[in-house]
Amino acid sequence: MSEREPARHATLEAVAAARWRMAVGLSVAMMAVYFGFVLLVAFRKDLLAVLLTPGLSVGILLGALVIVTAWVLTAVYVRWANRHYDAAVSRLRQ
Amino acid sequence: MTTSVGEPNLIAITFFLVFIAVSLGITWWAARRTRSMEQFYAAGRSVTALQNGLALAGDYMSAASFLGIAGLVAMSGFDGLIYSIGWLVGWPLVTFLIAEPLRNLGRFTFADVVAFRLSQKPVRVAASIGALAVVTFYLIAQMVGAGHLIRLLFGLPYGWAVALVGAVMLAYVLFGGMIATTWVQIIKAVMLLSGAALLALLVLVPFGMNPLALFAEAAHRYGPAVLAPGRLVSDPIEAVSLGLALMLGTAGLPHILMRFYTVPDARTARKSVAYATVFIGGFYLMTFVLGFGAMVRIGREAITRVDAGGNMAAPMLAEAVGGTPFLGFIAAVAFATILAVVAGLTLSGAATLAHDLWVNVVRGGYADEHEQFVVARIATVALAVLSIVLGIVFEGQNVAYMVGLAFAIAASANFPALVLSIFWPRLTTAGAVASMAVGTLTSVLLIALSPTIQVDLLKNAAALFPLRNPGIVSIPLAFAVAIAVSLARPVPAEEQRFREAERRLHLGGE
Repeated sequence: MSEREPARHATLEAVAAARWRMAVGLSVAMMAVYFGFVLLVAFRKDLLAVLLTPGLSVGILLGALVIVTAWVLTAVYVRWANRHYDAAVSRLRQ
Repeated sequence: MTTSVGEPNLIAITFFLVFIAVSLGITWWAARRTRSMEQFYAAGRSVTALQNGLALAGDYMSAASFLGIAGLVAMSGFDGLIYSIGWLVGWPLVTFLIAEPLRNLGRFTFADVVAFRLSQKPVRVAASIGALAVVTFYLIAQMVGAGHLIRLLFGLPYGWAVALVGAVMLAYVLFGGMIATTWVQIIKAVMLLSGAALLALLVLVPFGMNPLALFAEAAHRYGPAVLAPGRLVSDPIEAVSLGLALMLGTAGLPHILMRFYTVPDARTARKSVAYATVFIGGFYLMTFVLGFGAMVRIGREAITRVDAGGNMAAPMLAEAVGGTPFLGFIAAVAFATILAVVAGLTLSGAATLAHDLWVNVVRGGYADEHEQFVVARIATVALAVLSIVLGIVFEGQNVAYMVGLAFAIAASANFPALVLSIFWPRLTTAGAVASMAVGTLTSVLLIALSPTIQVDLLKNAAALFPLRNPGIVSIPLAFAVAIAVSLARPVPAEEQRFREAERRLHLGGE
């Protein structure tokens, strides 16, 4: 039992490290996309006002894409966690 | 055009009475299932991922997001959408950073997580101040909004409307606890999402179901500027500060965090927050159509004639595309929306008062189930009475800034300490307490000194602090204080307990 303890910790640490890399990477991606949009609103109003087709400005398109990005990043995380993280955690539990 | 918004409407009252009857029926059913504290605070941890996803959406989407954003877009076009987007982008952060660790490390409140490997009493007292400040400011904004909305929608006097909302919400929480609150939030979310979707579809019919044709008509009528950023965000620092508070505040709202304890495990918590992100994002995308729809179908002049703030844009739009029956339904949706949010707020406030302050601070963690129940119910009644009194006291005051204040405190006081306690082994009790105290005090102080209070409310010529949103100062400051204080006096015993916390965070507690 005492011999297996360090190895078990190493695996838990590896799983934890992978989990945090994913969490921090995706959080930074979300913040970059959102604050990129906010900074465009603040500094490049002219660019966001450009009409792509009647009714669709760059601003409205990018705004909708921020919401879509939130969905995509969430889907990436949930898929990764359901497949890899949960499997690793259940191996650790045994 | 003429509108019957604001006149007592038989269909609205019927929908409203049906909703009250159904929700009180659920409360009666839930009351018979509420026998333990796990059931009262956490619905027995038996809520499914889809149910919790809907309940999270119902807990989060307030009348401000439904009526307020539709009005804001109708009045200022693209600028209103900036809020729609800001209110969604915090959710992925909740998914990546908060939901699963919270579920595995805590029992009923977010303070459980911060206090997990630190000294219970100081951490819980500091966390309670931030949590209660958020809940109180949010409740005031909701109650005052409820009074005005119900007067506008049903013609009921302000004081009666506030008392009615307080009394019905009290019944849900006091007798039905989290089980009743969850189902009220689920029903509200389904009503709000389906009502908004139907409204958006009916608006789009004359435009061949093409939103771009609607936006083009808005630009044709009010000028192409409605599709571009305007004056709302003129100062870049202010824009980033508001964005920070909206994004990180979402991840620090006590009534939202509490919902993750209602599911059986971390995996379900993860799925439920993903569902919530889909529902809430879909709803905010629909506000694009509702706002521009109201601009085109009703017209700005007609909307401001009924309510200067534009809050009646969505109900008036419902009347225009679906007649009085649809207006009645949307009015009932707005009412259900308010009830679901105030019930969630009150329950999380009661958990803070009873679980954090009474059981874990006053009684040192030892209180039998009966005592916990009594205290939780006293706290619920006290919060309901307080919210009715504050709702009446603040009648006629502009309380819009209070939602901003609640988000600023949540982002500055709750979020930094919560995230650091989960991620950073070297966080100490002193660091966490200092961070939460500084976060709360700085947000309150900077908003008191901001143009919102000094110029708009007190009519002074200038404000000491130039920004309306303190986030860009208070959030980094709360992180810096936590890190500096923790590093100045390390506590090896608390750092060693991080290993146990980390283990439980990933493997679960049971």
